[in-house]
Amino acid sequence: MSFNGTSNYIASDELRLAVNAAITLERPLLIKGEPGTGKTMLAEELAASLGTELIQWHIKSTTKAQQGLYEYDAVSRLRDSQLGDDKVHDIKNYIVKGKLWHAFENTNRPVLLIDEIDKADIEFPNDLLQELDKMEFFVYETRETVKATERPIVIITSNNEKELPDAFLRRCFFHYIQFPDQEEMRRIVEVHFPDIKKDLLAQALESFFNLRDIPGLKKKPSTSELIDWLKLLVAEDISPEALKDKDSKKAIPPLYGALLKNEQDIHLFEKLVFMARR
Amino acid sequence: MLVDFFFKLREYQLKTSLSELMDLLRALQKGVVFADIEAFYYLARLCLVKDESQYDKFDKAFADYFEGVQQIDLFGKDIPDEWLRKEIERHFSEEEKAKIKALGGLDELMKTLKERLAEQEKRHQGGNKWIGTGGTSPFGANGYNPEGVRIGQDKNRNFSAAKVWDKREFKDLAGNVELGTRNIKIALRKLRKFARSGTSEELDMPHTIEGTAKNAGLLDIQMMPVRRNAIKVLMFFDVGGSMDAHIKECEELFSAAHTEFKHLEYFYFHNCVYEGVWKDNKRRGKETMSVFDVIHKYGSDYKVIFVGDATMGPYEITYPGGSVEHWNEEPGALWMQRILQHFKHGIWLNPQPQEYWNYYASIGIMQDIMEQRMYPLTIDGLGEAIKALHKK
Repeated sequence: MSFNGTSNYIASDELRLAVNAAITLERPLLIKGEPGTGKTMLAEELAASLGTELIQWHIKSTTKAQQGLYEYDAVSRLRDSQLGDDKVHDIKNYIVKGKLWHAFENTNRPVLLIDEIDKADIEFPNDLLQELDKMEFFVYETRETVKATERPIVIITSNNEKELPDAFLRRCFFHYIQFPDQEEMRRIVEVHFPDIKKDLLAQALESFFNLRDIPGLKKKPSTSELIDWLKLLVAEDISPEALKDKDSKKAIPPLYGALLKNEQDIHLFEKLVFMARR
Repeated sequence: MLVDFFFKLREYQLKTSLSELMDLLRALQKGVVFADIEAFYYLARLCLVKDESQYDKFDKAFADYFEGVQQIDLFGKDIPDEWLRKEIERHFSEEEKAKIKALGGLDELMKTLKERLAEQEKRHQGGNKWIGTGGTSPFGANGYNPEGVRIGQDKNRNFSAAKVWDKREFKDLAGNVELGTRNIKIALRKLRKFARSGTSEELDMPHTIEGTAKNAGLLDIQMMPVRRNAIKVLMFFDVGGSMDAHIKECEELFSAAHTEFKHLEYFYFHNCVYEGVWKDNKRRGKETMSVFDVIHKYGSDYKVIFVGDATMGPYEITYPGGSVEHWNEEPGALWMQRILQHFKHGIWLNPQPQEYWNYYASIGIMQDIMEQRMYPLTIDGLGEAIKALHKK
């Protein structure tokens, strides 16, 4: 079992190492990082790539550790007793399994995501120490011990709103997801929006030359508007060298090969060049 | 796509995240805006900025980035005519070509275009933004202009929408500017800590049900106290003298704090805290309360906020008898330390602009006494101060 990122998820080398270490050594992995760096998504993609079930436990300010284990549904039992239901005699009928219990039961080593653990009460992590360490807990009502058949892969995320207790931290591996640099960021955007730039460029050109109607567009953009728009779309693909290089043969070509979709788009672009250059 | 733009925003310290950039790209993909930079500006702001105090930063970053974008010469002015001529022959319809002919043939037209290009270059040599002259094409599908090629344009179609961000309408909302009552309230809200305390007057549903269930159905009513902001605040205001210039800010801070905190106590002092502080400024001197009494009366869980410009002679803090109003047996610094020793959380808010702090020795001394927990009385400063108050 090892994780190498997926087609939807760009994982840095450190992150892959962290995840694989957590899988191999059966330790929970605590993930921190700025919002939007893909902490939650990591668990989703990890489960997908390992082909196992993802059990998500989203933590709120009101979440109690006990809810992750099980809850005793006293209200149902009370109602059943009033209605004279036979179920009422067996307390087992009123034990509602929590996310941890589900994860412990699963025989195909699942991924358990404990999302945004810092949202919970300050004591929450401490209440889970034993359960995450031993991967077992005791149900008082039925006098039984629930023990994990396969230790689940536990991914815990935090946004750093509260500090986590030391005892808890000592039991986890910890990885901080760095904010991606420009190169990584491009790859991430590429994964999510593979053809967006080409589509937008083609769309702009086609609509400008009245080849296609753009819904919601009241008037056709003027050439200057369109040119500004194109610049905005391609700005970051033009290297400073290309800008300085006034060699006529290179002035246009670097743009279209890379950015335009097909020959028709290239022709439209050239037509626009001509108009702009009058 | 737009990754450079995104990093430009972060360079301007906008706290925007990857998922917000994805939102923007998704909106572009769905065609929410099209070929309209002003609309793009609004859309980008909508997606990437989540606080009006950040609008100004966004405007600055956008202007910066967009200026760079405008300077891109997308088409290269030095493409040879032969190349273009070929393109024209290849891509213009027969109809269009006929119209070109009517204009005196391609050569004639190229000449006109060249002249025009030259003219345009001359006209724009002063500016550094490259401007496309749009909408007057003799060829485009938009139709042919029988008057011939219009030379130049009636008016400079310089990018008018740039004004939207160049105006920087949201400058006043930026965090480092002065406060209004509302801004202060929002800042103070961060100091909230809700807790249930006092008498039980609210029905506690979960426990009532639980108790009833345990009672085998016999009703067992449980009550609980109402949730309140449990933060207790003790404020000391410097009044008179150099503080007269800051009356407005202090009044605003006071009124905001008053509505925000249930447990708020305040006292006045002049320049530096000495053995006595007072509650009613008209009767200062007569009705002072000993600082020892203040320390004994209020628990150490009160958060202490001093408000003053700390602008005075250094001796007013460090020497006995330094006070300008009376003879003080012990130096102000000692009284300050007594207060800070008792109350665990204390900060100083200074209405004096931070740029000037270095010029006053007394501010430096007070900073040391406060262990650097002195903050300017601005939204940002208040935010920092509240963070410091929260620290354990």
